[in-house]
Amino acid sequence: MAAFPQPPAQGHGPVDWSDQDRAEIAELMTHYPTQRAALLPILWLAQRKWGWLSFDVMRRVAQTVDLPPSEVYSVATFYTMLKKQPTGKYLIQVCHTLSCKLAGADRIVEHIKDRLGIEEGQTTPDGMFTLMRVECLASCGSAPMMQIDDDFFEQLTPESIDRILDGLAKGEPLPLPRPEVDKWTFQSLES
Amino acid sequence: MDVPKPRILTARWGIPGSHTLAVAQEHGAYTALRKALTMAPADITAVVKASGLRGRGGAGFPTGTKWTFVPPEEKRGGKPVYLVCNADESEPGTFKDRYCIWNDPHMLIEGCVIAARAIGAKVAYIYLRGEFKYVKDRLDQALAEARAAGLVGKNILGSGVDVDVWTHQGAGAYICGEETALLSSLEGERGQPKLKPPFPAVEGAWRSPTIVNNVETLQAVTWIVEHGADAYKAIGTEKAPGTKLFCCSGNIRKPGVYELPLGYPMMELLNDECGGLLPGRSLKAVIPGGSSVPIMTPAEVARATMDYESINEVSGSYLGSGGFIVMDDRTDLVDALANLLRFYAHESCGQCTPCREGCGWMYSILTRLRDGEATEADIRVLRDLANNIHSRTICFFGASAAMPVQSFLKKFPEEFFARAGVGVPDDWRPAASAK
Ligand SMILES: Cc1cc2nc3c(=O)[nH]c(=O)nc-3n(C[C@H](O)[C@H](O)[C@H](O)COP(=O)(O)O)c2cc1C
Ligand code: SF4
Ligand code: FES
Repeated sequence: MAAFPQPPAQGHGPVDWSDQDRAEIAELMTHYPTQRAALLPILWLAQRKWGWLSFDVMRRVAQTVDLPPSEVYSVATFYTMLKKQPTGKYLIQVCHTLSCKLAGADRIVEHIKDRLGIEEGQTTPDGMFTLMRVECLASCGSAPMMQIDDDFFEQLTPESIDRILDGLAKGEPLPLPRPEVDKWTFQSLES
Repeated sequence: MDVPKPRILTARWGIPGSHTLAVAQEHGAYTALRKALTMAPADITAVVKASGLRGRGGAGFPTGTKWTFVPPEEKRGGKPVYLVCNADESEPGTFKDRYCIWNDPHMLIEGCVIAARAIGAKVAYIYLRGEFKYVKDRLDQALAEARAAGLVGKNILGSGVDVDVWTHQGAGAYICGEETALLSSLEGERGQPKLKPPFPAVEGAWRSPTIVNNVETLQAVTWIVEHGADAYKAIGTEKAPGTKLFCCSGNIRKPGVYELPLGYPMMELLNDECGGLLPGRSLKAVIPGGSSVPIMTPAEVARATMDYESINEVSGSYLGSGGFIVMDDRTDLVDALANLLRFYAHESCGQCTPCREGCGWMYSILTRLRDGEATEADIRVLRDLANNIHSRTICFFGASAAMPVQSFLKKFPEEFFARAGVGVPDDWRPAASAK
């Protein structure tokens, strides 16, 4: 089931690739025996470039891989990470599957809702943050966790969330909480 | 337990810079590849077969045997062979492949090239789940280094062997971990499973013979080729040789990834490695192999060892992907099962009616039960649904959703019937065990 089942409400107008995009697409196509196989990587490229996949964007992608737009739409709607609707500048996705739930994911969601003053699925009025719940993100041993854009934030506490969101609201870049090479088992969770 | 705990897959974890080619090579990376390049492809397969290595993606199928299913060249009609590494890692409770790639990307690249040579593939794809963008970036860097050093690409180390390795990023769909769905996704289609047979080894990506192997499997291949089948068989149990990465999460003091020999006692994994339960807590249940396998009671946990045979004999459950989820006495099992069914209802690809309709229906019964709005009859419907989904669908996802329901209801019926305001009916237990 797609996370964004509704058809896009608005569009981008006519869009086109830059020369650099074209070079990247040409290189991608050398990885595969068919053009179509490059569809998913190209949709990712389009989403990074235009923020989300409107009909206008999907039509452009369809031309590039020589497929009917309906085929591209059919593929794009299958995958939850491909956005068929715009989101805030930062997309906050909190995992709420079993291991994270056991570690208190519901409290994490409540804390973020209170802090941002929005419900799940909503975007803050300033367009900065969208909040969603998602299923297991393969960080169950460092639960509770959330993903913001491409980054994972793990072993969350209300305090660490405040630090991260304060930084983002001030325009600081995302901190890098990626797993340290020597940290493959975790601290005691007793505290 | 006083058994040796060799670090095969995690040997380079913790070494600063282990993800770079220079450091990895200082610590032995690509020794196995050099050896493999001097071996005939059939001999590589023979070593892997003799080692007894079983796939670490969940099903535990013998890896060497799977490789022999690729038709010989004269029967391929000129079609190429592909190797695909499954790094989709979406099974709830499983989080090892991410660490494998993050801490030692070169061990995976090396394993891909060796396996590709064994099966006659000139191209290998590593399919990563969409959320692993940052893992993919590190892997792409490692690949670029390996390519520049002549370890990947054309004429590897002057041997005349060509193997290209590419990464491919999914976009958020659990079902793409199922191998036929993964291949559909790789081809640029919706990630929907296909009926087997034909198995991918005969007709996979672009209808060509394709071997799909998990990250951990391919990393183990690297070690086996370097150290030999006998060294691998000396670890673990007779039917399950080697080490396995156990992903421990839930109500324990030290969650994390632990590498241990197969056959390690489950209670010792829980108490010694994972630091035991939180103070003052008692054990309620364990899910030993990722969310899709049946749940185990404390009595079963006490008797089982961490290998395919023991878990199944003791409890009817499976080692699966090694996702070990521990629940203590505070856990509400009705709520826990509702949580899991929400996952399956969300992730069903929708092709088969029993799975598409059944998962949503089971989830809705469980939410009503959780909220005290369901009756004894609903619990019977729940069990019927699970029994009628299992083995009646295109792919194994249906069974993966059914097994938690069947096992929770069978092993912890009191919790479920209490929520409907009744005791466990007299006729429940025997019928439940008949499945
Ligand atoms: C619903 C479903 C999800 C799966 N998810 C994964 C996965 O995330 N990673 C994985 O390696 N195997 C997964 N598998 C198993 C694969 O289909 C396949 O058996 C495996 O990748 C083969 O590799 P192996 O022989 O090395 O274990 C899944 C299977 C099913 C039915
Ligand atoms: S069992 Fe479920 S996930 Fe698998 S093919 Fe059928 S509907 Fe799709
Ligand atoms: S359950 Fe949250 S990351 Fe796995």
